Amino acid sequence: MQKFTVLAGVAAPLPMVNVDTDRIIPARFLKTIKRTGLGKSLFNDIRYDADGKEKPEFVLNQTSYRKAQILVAGENFGCGSSREHAPWALLDFGIRCVIAPSFADIFYNNCFKNGVLPIRLPHDVVAQLMEDAKRGANATFTIDLEKQVIIRPDGQAVAFEVEPFRKHCLLNGLDDIDLTLQKAAAIDDFEGKQKTGQPWLHAGAKA
Amino acid sequence: MTKPRTVFDKIWDGHVVDRREDGTCLLYIDRHLVHEVTSPQAFEGLRTAGRKVRRLDATLAVADHNVPTTDRSKAIDDLEAKIQIEALSENCAAFGVELFDMHDARQGIVHIIGPEQGFTLPGMTIVCGDSHTSTHGAFGALAFGIGTSEVEHVLATQTLIQKPAKNMLVQVDGAPGAGVTAKDMILSVIGAIGTAGGTGHVIEYAGEAMRALSMEGRMTVCNMSIEAGARAGLMAPDETTFAYIKGRPKAPKAGAWEQALAHWRTLPSDPGAIYDKTARFDAARIAPTVTWGTSPEDTIAITGRLPDPAAIADEGVRKAKERAFAYMGLVPGMAVTEIKIDKVFIGSCTNARIEDMRAAAAIAKGRRVAAGVHAMVVPGSGLVKRQAEDEGLDRIFIEAGFDWREPGCSMCLGMNADKLKPGERSASTSNRNFEGRQGQGGRTHLMSPAMAAAAAIKGRLADARDFA
Repeated sequence: MQKFTVLAGVAAPLPMVNVDTDRIIPARFLKTIKRTGLGKSLFNDIRYDADGKEKPEFVLNQTSYRKAQILVAGENFGCGSSREHAPWALLDFGIRCVIAPSFADIFYNNCFKNGVLPIRLPHDVVAQLMEDAKRGANATFTIDLEKQVIIRPDGQAVAFEVEPFRKHCLLNGLDDIDLTLQKAAAIDDFEGKQKTGQPWLHAGAKA
Repeated sequence: MTKPRTVFDKIWDGHVVDRREDGTCLLYIDRHLVHEVTSPQAFEGLRTAGRKVRRLDATLAVADHNVPTTDRSKAIDDLEAKIQIEALSENCAAFGVELFDMHDARQGIVHIIGPEQGFTLPGMTIVCGDSHTSTHGAFGALAFGIGTSEVEHVLATQTLIQKPAKNMLVQVDGAPGAGVTAKDMILSVIGAIGTAGGTGHVIEYAGEAMRALSMEGRMTVCNMSIEAGARAGLMAPDETTFAYIKGRPKAPKAGAWEQALAHWRTLPSDPGAIYDKTARFDAARIAPTVTWGTSPEDTIAITGRLPDPAAIADEGVRKAKERAFAYMGLVPGMAVTEIKIDKVFIGSCTNARIEDMRAAAAIAKGRRVAAGVHAMVVPGSGLVKRQAEDEGLDRIFIEAGFDWREPGCSMCLGMNADKLKPGERSASTSNRNFEGRQGQGGRTHLMSPAMAAAAAIKGRLADARDFA
């Protein structure tokens, strides 16, 4: 996984509530066996018209936001399906951070597995950052994960919360599976006890 | 005396392998369901790292999202879908995972086949790379959807890194009126608590109306927990649960059955258990319910008129609802029964079990699908299809002008050829009415199987109670 330490970039405003994962990447683009290449289909149905032409009013089609690395959005971002294709599409486009008042649980979780940082902030703070983002390429944010701050274009710092374990993994680009396998003995032990106590959960275990 | 615990607390506590200082746990996973869309990258990850699947006896795969619902003896036209389905077969063969392929009589929607096979049991932790995994909570299991990185993690380690959720109680008291189904209840609940009402929580459904539901009805309710923002929804197991499980192919047998049963009886929440959040409903006040907008929370009684978004104070929400009206091509104030439809979809992991087929057939019997409407019935599995055919339901549907098809996810998410064209409107028994969910530009109204069948007959949204 790509590390996330300090990110400085343009933030795109997406002032919509309940942005669901079908909107982030419609199901018909999930027929891939790879993680990459989904960026071109990110937000497909609000980004392109029926003929595949860019809709000029959509934020990521505007010159200032084509290289946006941060997204500022409304409540309940990422609701709906569990598709990890949603963070894959964001990442493939170049977005490494999403700021919103709230996120759906599975999407929030999936972001951390892919080096994407979702930041939850109170409604009024997000509203201020949304105004900053509307200033386009003239206004960049710096996000420092170690210090847990967003530096706004005017230099003001906004603190944010992140769980220590997730932060540690993101800062160091750690692979969860490697970490878990360090606990292999505990897993073996649990399994052994379960086989005895609840043998019906294991094929071949004696009741 | 120990602190009273909820069903969720008990299952959680029974599966913690390791706990970190900040409360993050390593949780043991008892069952893992795998399908073609969210697994290829996970198998690829295993291959790259030279890892194996830790527990083949706890892993079951099926092709469902992409499969055609037409004649399976022909080759798949869609090249991308074909590659994905073949990748699942190759991965299962290479890693030794049991697979119900497209030609297996037991093939079907992943959340329908798990319970059908007795693979889903009370007290288990169950995951799948699909948000509707919450369906299995109907058995008193902790079941939730995961992303592909987590699919790989479970395949490799049989565990997940998780933080405990909070407990939410949704209690539906009393008895529903005639013609009011599990789908109407869950749509009403989502309409009241909103699509983020359960975020961060596991919902436990309780109350007389919930307890009176069959396993099929309970699965419909738990299935849509994710539409209320909850990763999981569950119901305490009881005699209804045990009777459903007994004798299924993968259910415990003989001595193991008695031992399992004794454990399962300890699972219901203790009296006095604390919930972080509670919502109560009176079943008698719930009417047959449909959605009008582009969020599952946009619910309305079939007898109602569409709301006026101008009255909403919050600007973000008001804009979203105004956008929903524009997208759906509807106007505030119109009667719900004035809404004309083009397509009907009876199917999905929400409503494609045998009871759903029976409920739709009861409305269809001796009637005709309205002119200009295409109504499809997609049974949830090969076994549901066979049972429906044994009961003669296929004849009822076909004679009424419905299209009787092969099992799969189908038009719930339009990954195969079954989809809405831009501007087309459906009456659908599925779970999501998001913009473009059933096809780009398509408009979806969610409802129960009886209501969808009634809409097919009338050519517009209709009250199934009028067909009794």
